[in-house]
Amino acid sequence: MVTAAIWPALDYSRVPYRLYHDDEIYAREQERIFRGPVWSYLGLDSEIPEPGDFRATWVGDTPVVFNRDKAGAVKAFVNRCAHRGALVRRELSGNAKEHICIYHQWCYGLDGSLMAIPFRRGIRGEGGLEPSFEMRRHGLRPLNVDNINGALFGTLAENPEPLEDYLGPPILHQLRRFLDRPVRVLGYNRQRIRGNWKLYAENTRDNYHASLLHEFLVTFGLDRSTQTGGVRMDARHRHNITWAEADSDTDELAHEAYAGAGVRNDFLSLKEPSLVAFRPERGDKLNIAITSLFPSAVFVQISNSLAVRQIRPRGVGEVEIFQTMLGYEDDPPEMTLHRLRQANLVGPAGLVSMEDGEAIEIAHRASRPDLDRTTVIELGGGGVISDRDYRVTDVPLRGFWSYYAELLGIEPEGAVR
Amino acid sequence: MTADHTRVCDLLAEYGALIDLGKFYEWLDLFAEDCRYQILPRENFDRGLPAALVYCDSRAMLEDRIRALREANKYNIHTDRHVIGLPRILDDGLAVEAPFAVYQTDQEGETRLFATGLYRDQLEISGPRLKIRDKLILLDTFAIPSLLATPL
Ligand SMILES: [Fe+2]
Repeated sequence: MVTAAIWPALDYSRVPYRLYHDDEIYAREQERIFRGPVWSYLGLDSEIPEPGDFRATWVGDTPVVFNRDKAGAVKAFVNRCAHRGALVRRELSGNAKEHICIYHQWCYGLDGSLMAIPFRRGIRGEGGLEPSFEMRRHGLRPLNVDNINGALFGTLAENPEPLEDYLGPPILHQLRRFLDRPVRVLGYNRQRIRGNWKLYAENTRDNYHASLLHEFLVTFGLDRSTQTGGVRMDARHRHNITWAEADSDTDELAHEAYAGAGVRNDFLSLKEPSLVAFRPERGDKLNIAITSLFPSAVFVQISNSLAVRQIRPRGVGEVEIFQTMLGYEDDPPEMTLHRLRQANLVGPAGLVSMEDGEAIEIAHRASRPDLDRTTVIELGGGGVISDRDYRVTDVPLRGFWSYYAELLGIEPEGAVR
Repeated sequence: MTADHTRVCDLLAEYGALIDLGKFYEWLDLFAEDCRYQILPRENFDRGLPAALVYCDSRAMLEDRIRALREANKYNIHTDRHVIGLPRILDDGLAVEAPFAVYQTDQEGETRLFATGLYRDQLEISGPRLKIRDKLILLDTFAIPSLLATPL
């Protein structure tokens, strides 16, 4: 049984490998995080525009359906029949008047309530359910649902913290910036990585690795750690925004910094430069804005490519990254084409992201044999967890672990928050 | 003028072999000067959604992809093996469909099925050779195992 004693350092600068590999810890995460007080990203309002439109998704291991009811409200519920525990809605998306489990045809409404049961009164008065059976007690388990500019979030907590409080002002601001106009889904992609889901959650908060692992960023001039940028968190440090401003450094400065660091610093050019060309879309210069939400969503702007990633744990040793590629509804065709080209940057085949799949797999593989040894998280210093106006840092990882420890009930006395 | 079955088979055999040999710059020569190459998850194709995993709508973009693969990208160390099925030649003889499977083998000899799907090619005749003008790879295995680096 894991306890607060697992942490060798009170600032979460040492994370025991056990936390990535232990089945019991995984089960506890599902219970206390995903089925606990957090808000999870479900999908987008624009994915279910009409009454009856539904989509299937996941909250941790729990299958969930969200749909639009007849009155136009979004409802979400656990996709599991109250009768025998089978998946009710098997399709990933569609339009329906009700949800019927194929096993015994129990029928649920768009609000998740149980509406009809075949042979409820039996046949010729024989069999069926007792008259005392209460239909209203056997609906699909509902989620609380809320919405930030069309991004739908759900929680299995019965009395959740309000979503806006859960996110906090800087994150809320960033999501509203990202979703300042109605979005249009350009497509989906999926990646199955043989590693623990938290390695991915850490990866998206790790600004230090970006221009080192993803050499394309520096080599082809898309993003360098010499640009103006930093990390910004909510008050509880559970979420993080990694940001950078376009054209805020010079080739000379970058060349010198990377040469001094002993890493590659020859800059190449593309035959098709529009692949990395940033077209400012609003009154700021941000060309990198990666907003990681605890526990499992990431809103990603890299240049003009826009995406939401959902981190879907699949047991202790595998994770699916489900990514929704976005544009805005009012994008002219030429801008849509630009985004489709820049979609080359991200996802499982992304020119600046494919390496993450490999990095996570090698970290998962090599850490497994030695569960009591630890990682080292000290870029930007140990101790206090706070925002930084520089990029060579992994401080937001310690924020992630701090809230993780609190939810799992393994927060040591005197630990930083 | 149409492409005969033998020449189409030769082109597909060459296509798979050059990737499996890691001869990506020679593989590029199988494409026409004006070409398009995309890997589209079937999930998107079925819903009429345009976003691809790899989308190169010019020869220059395809060349950039290969250059990035050689110069910048890091990926799982592996070899590919293309198994390309019998082509189905449609319409004017220059539209071709062929099913494919790509297996990946790691450094310790473990093989896994990496991808299966359908090639939908538009070819053009270029002197004695056939070249690929438009290649749409409809990817059935759209839950990408690990990552997708080398071309399908
Ligand atoms: Fe990364």
